[in-house]
Amino acid sequence: MGRTLAQKIWDSHVVSRAQGEPDLLYIDLHLVHEVTSPQAFDGLRLAGRQVRRPDLTVATEDHNVPTTGVTGPGLPLRGPGSPVTDPVSRVQVEALRKNCAEFGIRLYPMGDAGQGIVHVIGPQQGLTLPGMTIVCGDSHTSTHGAFGALAFGIGTSEVEHVLATQTLPQAQPANMAVNVTGRLPYGVTAKDLILAIIARLGTGGGAGHVIEYRGAAVQHLSMDGRMTVCNMSIEAGARAGLVAPDETTFAYLAGRPHAPRGAAWEEALGYWRSLPTDPGAVFDREVTVDASALTPFVTWGTNPAQAAPLGSSVPDPTSLADEGARASAQRALAYMDLAPGTRLTDITVDTVFVGSCTNGRLEDLRAAAEVLRGRKVAKGVQMLVVPGSMEVKAAAEREGLADVFTAAGAQWRSAGCSMCLGMNPDKLAPGQRSASTSNRNFEGRQGKGGRTHLVSPQVAAATAVTGRLTAAADL
Amino acid sequence: MQPFTTHTGRAVSLRRSNVDTDQIIPAEYLKRVTRTGFADGLFAAWRADPEFVLNQPAAVGATILVAGPDFGIGSSREHAVWALLDYGFRAVISARFGDIFRNNSVQAGLLPVRLPADVVTALQDLAEDGRAAEVTVDLAGREVWAAAGPDGPPLLTAGFEIDEYTRWRLMEGLDDISLTLRHSGKIAGYERGRPGWLPVAG
Repeated sequence: MGRTLAQKIWDSHVVSRAQGEPDLLYIDLHLVHEVTSPQAFDGLRLAGRQVRRPDLTVATEDHNVPTTGVTGPGLPLRGPGSPVTDPVSRVQVEALRKNCAEFGIRLYPMGDAGQGIVHVIGPQQGLTLPGMTIVCGDSHTSTHGAFGALAFGIGTSEVEHVLATQTLPQAQPANMAVNVTGRLPYGVTAKDLILAIIARLGTGGGAGHVIEYRGAAVQHLSMDGRMTVCNMSIEAGARAGLVAPDETTFAYLAGRPHAPRGAAWEEALGYWRSLPTDPGAVFDREVTVDASALTPFVTWGTNPAQAAPLGSSVPDPTSLADEGARASAQRALAYMDLAPGTRLTDITVDTVFVGSCTNGRLEDLRAAAEVLRGRKVAKGVQMLVVPGSMEVKAAAEREGLADVFTAAGAQWRSAGCSMCLGMNPDKLAPGQRSASTSNRNFEGRQGKGGRTHLVSPQVAAATAVTGRLTAAADL
Repeated sequence: MQPFTTHTGRAVSLRRSNVDTDQIIPAEYLKRVTRTGFADGLFAAWRADPEFVLNQPAAVGATILVAGPDFGIGSSREHAVWALLDYGFRAVISARFGDIFRNNSVQAGLLPVRLPADVVTALQDLAEDGRAAEVTVDLAGREVWAAAGPDGPPLLTAGFEIDEYTRWRLMEGLDDISLTLRHSGKIAGYERGRPGWLPVAG
């Protein structure tokens, strides 16, 4: 019987397999950031253990860092010259610096040219390659699955485990295929596709599974688009999301700093071409989505599955048959201060956020800039544009995208997680409402009492222009 | 971690589905660099509401949380598990858990008990109207039961499934790292066979 892409990667990373025990998997790359790692390093110290493979471990500062005042590398964390004003954030970043120095781990600090969101810097450096196993103490590690790598989020105890052993004991997940047929219509993006898939599967529909995204629409996505899709696999409950590596993948990787070169490239390429799911492989579950029928998608509720086409209205909870879904929708509408039947395009926002590991890459910024070019951000609306990495920032400035944003009245920032998660100065105030290209619309996610509508970069930019949820085509 | 064999305590019903880890512990509490001291952050936004279930007198001293389906979805933050443990919970019962939350729970010694949705609802009913003074989660026997008191007849009994390896680890209170280090030789052997073109940091 044939094997799936995920099964092939799994099988090639089993260090130990025994009856009645989870497989022990080797981890090729461990990404580390300041929030979920300090207790893991403390655990190592308490037990007198070392980091087994510091050379397979890469760290960056992303969750806590401010996106203003970061003028370059080497800025102090303390004192008047420090952009980090929150003393608790400072302690966490200091802990990462100390831990990386002590254990010999490569760290990209705030302001460094290589710094950025952990899931943006791995791919851009060519550290993320097909067939690898990649983990990070962050649920959006699934992003790296866009390259045909098996990549998943772990907790801090598991971070400590990987630091100490470079392995993880894991139960083998089930396989799900999401077959996306047809082509995405013009103006409909990878973000709209994944929001539609999550709405279909529900927040727990992918639990216990890895999802392989397949079909013509997925093959036609760029690497940035595939990363957006895989990034949000966790929002459907899946541990990981994957796309089979193909010529698009190889073209992206060729020449990246850590990608193999010369004869090694040819050897790697041969292996990568053997990875796609075999024709006879069987998935535990298959779902089919018709891309050609999709339109821009946005969320109306407080979890990413509570989403609908932008051309529709806020649903009426009483029309939902399932009692749990009804109660959840009622709670969500109360929190979001929305009435059933309201047209989604009538919802006004005061904040627009373009960025995050979901939509903070160059293609996302290009799409938003294309919509904003020659237009202005509406009065009363603040728009933050936050590149996912310093490299994305530099590229966007070279292309003139930054000028488009600032000319439109948007704020052009430096790299970080920013307004995705309320751990740094970029937050919503209570009652504020955003159109956000990030990944989670949970209660308080972008700041206590803040209300979030998840959107694509195009919808975000068009919304900034009108002040209400708007498709770019309707400008 | 503290071994888990059987636990009897007061159950509290949280009748909400899709409880994400941002609700269990908001991001502002994640800046601490310790493993303890997260109890005050547990459900911080919801606890600001006097009507919230954990603010009711009946919830004082509760050690078992009976929640709606898809508990612990979202962010990988293990702080959610630490906050539940710090607050005093030893077990969470739900029809379905987020995968990462479940993994984090069994790492830290919080028992995630998966029961069918109708059994969870029945248990919530018993907890809410005060009939079930005590709920027992028996990991050794893979069973949950609710009783009116120490000597009262059982009001509800339900078996649950958990894989044998996880059950053994929790009952022994073993941490994975020491178990894995038994395989150090195999890890070194695997490393010798890795292709040379795989990337290293630098």
